[in-house]
Amino acid sequence: MLAFILRRAALVVPTFIGVTLLAFALIHLIPGDPVENLSGERGMDPARRERLLHEFGLDRPLPVQYGEYIGNVLRGDLGSSLTTHERVLDEFLTLFPATIELAFFAMLFAVGLGLPAGILAALKRNTAADYAVMGASLTGYSMPIFWWALLLILFFSVQLGWTPVSGRIAVEYDVPAATGFMLIDTLKAGDLGAFRSAVSHLILPSIALGTIPLAVIARMTRSAMLEVLREDYVRTARAKGLPRWRVILVHALRNALIPVITVIGLQVGLLLSGAILTETIFSWPGVGNWLVHGVQSRDYPVVQGGILLIATLVISVNLIVDLLYGVVNPRIRHA
Amino acid sequence: MPETELTISEAAPLASSSGAAPPGPLREFWLAYSQSRGAIAGLVLIVMLLLLAAFAGVISPHPPNEQYRQFTLVPPVWDAGGNRDFILGTDPLGRDMLSRLIHGTRLSLLIGFISVALSLTLGVVLGVVAGYARGLTETVIMRLMDVMLALPSLLLAIAVVAILGPGLINAMYAIAIVLLPHYVRLTRASVIAEAGREYVQSSRIAGAGALRLMFNTILPNCMAPLIVQATLGFSNAILDAAALGFLGLGAQPPTPEWGSMLAGALEFIQRAPWVVTFPGLAILVTVLAFNLMGDGLRDALDPKLKR
Repeated sequence: MLAFILRRAALVVPTFIGVTLLAFALIHLIPGDPVENLSGERGMDPARRERLLHEFGLDRPLPVQYGEYIGNVLRGDLGSSLTTHERVLDEFLTLFPATIELAFFAMLFAVGLGLPAGILAALKRNTAADYAVMGASLTGYSMPIFWWALLLILFFSVQLGWTPVSGRIAVEYDVPAATGFMLIDTLKAGDLGAFRSAVSHLILPSIALGTIPLAVIARMTRSAMLEVLREDYVRTARAKGLPRWRVILVHALRNALIPVITVIGLQVGLLLSGAILTETIFSWPGVGNWLVHGVQSRDYPVVQGGILLIATLVISVNLIVDLLYGVVNPRIRHA
Repeated sequence: MPETELTISEAAPLASSSGAAPPGPLREFWLAYSQSRGAIAGLVLIVMLLLLAAFAGVISPHPPNEQYRQFTLVPPVWDAGGNRDFILGTDPLGRDMLSRLIHGTRLSLLIGFISVALSLTLGVVLGVVAGYARGLTETVIMRLMDVMLALPSLLLAIAVVAILGPGLINAMYAIAIVLLPHYVRLTRASVIAEAGREYVQSSRIAGAGALRLMFNTILPNCMAPLIVQATLGFSNAILDAAALGFLGLGAQPPTPEWGSMLAGALEFIQRAPWVVTFPGLAILVTVLAFNLMGDGLRDALDPKLKR
């Protein structure tokens, strides 16, 4: 088992190095250099330019600069934002809980609805229920989620007035940030009104972000269940006279879950892509929103640091899913 | 897609002439493809979208960027206060929604076509080389693809746009880069599977060079999964282009691109919901059509997945 873990982990190292190269290259590929961007419209006299280039270390050979960059990254120094002058890592860590909270509830929505829908479609194969689930999931899969989010706002917030339009919590509540997770912080502060406000702010963004994973999970669950239901052990379980629910939930579903879990793990990258759009529309103060602002205001340290951190996150989650898969399925471990 | 249209016309005479003979490959493909009602619906939709795009200039009642200043935010014709000249209403600048949507079809299909064509060409070359050469070349190419896959697709596209600058053309490059790893991995896997077969061996013994082996002998036998992936790539490309346009990083105003039309309409969402609903609906229908067709092609081309 340890050999398997080490082998998989070793595979990740070149990918990570590649990501740092990409993030490093980003700064050097943009038109103009950071000093030029600092100087603005009026330009800058050559002597000052030379001094600044030297100060930033931009006059040294590229490999030396890259080595320095890696050194800084390993020390947790990703530079400072050009607009707020805060350290990039600190900004990321402050905003990250908001993204996790949103992604967690989006996934909860997707799994909570997608698993039963997929099971139902498999059991009622080729009936109206199956077609409805498959049609809905294909539509969900094709949905431009920024538009879907707008429709949700238009209907539930504007027409019905059930949920707030944007943000994480109503302005009248001032909750001390302890964990960064609004639901936990409001409960900790013992403020039920604030908690209710935070929940109502979370509903629409979670639905919008969870829709594509929901579609993927429903489709995957259906096909995995169909595969498993044909197996001999399911027939045996039925022949033994076990109750139908037991055959479905214990004998079939448990085995069908293996590919489904993999797919759920692979949704993390998709969730982060979606979070960029969802957060922008709902003004959700997370890392997606922050990155879009970074790109729009040409805040390159933010873009560079954000890309590095998110890629590291995706690589780590994929590694964990890989390892979990090895734990569940011994055939993978010894391949 | 043109190939499938061909199939319809060529399949018909075959059917009447030979009843007992085994179906030809095209007819066999069409029989499998037309099994699914969804696949047919996707094909019909795509043909309609292609016609709309081809004849956008003739069909649309107004020029897409013409501003009728006295007719801003006119609701659709079935609404109270609608105007028969503007069937789907007008936007905040008094431009005809229907005409802009029709011209947007042309843009979206073009974006899909160009980015998929770019990505497919480069991806197939890299994939064939990686799968045929193996060794260090393969390792370098595949690790590079792993890096690209480590970034969420929209984030990678945003990074590329951050380097190249916003705009429609750069958005196409960005999307082509985002799609690239899928084609490389797919091609490499099928090339490795095919490279050991007897027909490749015999071709090699007959004296075929490396280039001929790679692109003439092996590649045609790897096309099926690539065709499916290319069709699905269209839907990804259209979605990502719309997302970039929506974030202000893709097509710039006044280009009638669906995503940037949505971005420009945001502040009017309460007063004039039609400026928001129609462009999104157009994206949804187009993406759905390509996904339906991709699923149909997969079922028809891949015997392993046949129901």
